Amino acid sequence: MIAGLIRLVTGVRARWIGCEPLTTHQRIYFANHTSNLDLPVIWASLPDDLRARVRPIAAQDYWERGPLRRWLAHRVFRAVLIARSGITAANNPLTAMEAALADGASLVIFPEGTRNQDDELKPFKAGLWHLARKHPEIELVPVHLENLNRILPKGEVILIPLLAQVRFGAPIAVVEGEDKDRFLARARAAVAALAEIDELAPTEATP
Amino acid sequence: MSLPAEGLVTDATWLTLGVLGLLLVATVVGGVLARVVTSEGARATVANLRERTRAWWWMCAIFGGALAGGAGWSALLFALVSFAALREMVSISPTRRADHRTLFWMFFVVVPLQYVFVWIGWQGMAMVFIPVYAFCFVAIRSTLTGDHRDYLARVARLLFAQTICVYFISHAPALLALDIPGYAGGNATLLFFLVLVVQLSDVLQYVWGKLCGRHRIAPHLSPNKTWEGFVGGVVSATAVGAGLWWATPFAPLQAAGMALAITLMGFAGGIVMSAIKRDAGIKDYGDTIPGHGGIMDRIDSLCFAAPVFYHLVRFYVG
Repeated sequence: MIAGLIRLVTGVRARWIGCEPLTTHQRIYFANHTSNLDLPVIWASLPDDLRARVRPIAAQDYWERGPLRRWLAHRVFRAVLIARSGITAANNPLTAMEAALADGASLVIFPEGTRNQDDELKPFKAGLWHLARKHPEIELVPVHLENLNRILPKGEVILIPLLAQVRFGAPIAVVEGEDKDRFLARARAAVAALAEIDELAPTEATP
Repeated sequence: MSLPAEGLVTDATWLTLGVLGLLLVATVVGGVLARVVTSEGARATVANLRERTRAWWWMCAIFGGALAGGAGWSALLFALVSFAALREMVSISPTRRADHRTLFWMFFVVVPLQYVFVWIGWQGMAMVFIPVYAFCFVAIRSTLTGDHRDYLARVARLLFAQTICVYFISHAPALLALDIPGYAGGNATLLFFLVLVVQLSDVLQYVWGKLCGRHRIAPHLSPNKTWEGFVGGVVSATAVGAGLWWATPFAPLQAAGMALAITLMGFAGGIVMSAIKRDAGIKDYGDTIPGHGGIMDRIDSLCFAAPVFYHLVRFYVG
């Protein structure tokens, strides 16, 4: 019901461009991050059976604040909350993500690390690289979220009812001999490329 | 609103039966075609046709219900349509962070206020509120944050969307408040006439185009529009409109002229909304209506037809 409400308010359309919404594959979905709505919207845009197997990675400092957010994060989104500062061996974000993967969950992560207010994507953090290298069997699916920064930009409290769109691209993987920076740059480019897709290009004559 | 005279009740019954008949024919034709066609492309077309027909049943039921409910329900329906259309159009028009609060006012203040004016029949205000007050407001509000980058382009997009999606569309339910001598209580038929002719013209252009369309009118803007479809659709929808003169305050020839104006403006609206889509690199405004696309894909032809018809009616019989 909450997913339905989020879909209604943001009018979100999911476009599976490079892959199908399969529950048979364990995946890490990695997306651009511009709004506090990103996590709820990605979560709501997934088909029901897929949504039940996905755990979004989210910032502890934000989602632990207040009972409503805590309830949403833990009970509704079943998020894996991670620390963004004061990282020690005890609260290493990778440990929590690894545990969720070991449970068979798919993950949603925002490798920019924080909400971006520029037009261009921020450099990706290294977490994606570490997970990708350790688990080559898991598909890495680039995701682009569109219009969320206009529906609820950073620092705003009023929602504007524009239509959001979520595009799921073709999975990528670490290639032989690729180093961390190369891989992260390629992952970032995969998300950026999804933003540039022209719907009109492939089929001209459909009504 | 005064009670409709007895004759009009019969008119409404006939018009309703007519629409039901059309829907039944479309449903039966779709069912038969589905059994007959074999090729891959034709199957897809027929499937889309049947999906569209099913959506038409819903749209006719909702529109008919609102029309029967009176000015309040009609204003509410068109307010929701405007809201949805504005949502679709602003979603594809780039704005900046500085426009966030402007958008809030447009969606949550301008749209409801305009339709309150329409609902209570304050024609003077309904005609100037958006072009004067809301225009100035939007232009001013977007300067307040001090961000001047792309200012004119941003504000122009917002004002264009507001004019098309809210102001122009609101002329359709505004027909209900027109005071036409000797036609009291019959205004719902005018709104019905407008919507029927404009949508029928769309459907007939599609049908004629599918049957004998060869020469494209604007291949870059709207690849499916052909000269054959355009002429066939305009002529046949005008004929239907003229044939309905008995339900309107128009003489037969006048009804034909009105219907012609509606179909031509409807065609123009479709081309313009298509150009906006092409510019934005999208195929449809949304997927709210199965088989049709977004709300804007369905009402594109109403955008220009509604205000022009409203003023023609005011000029000739108001």
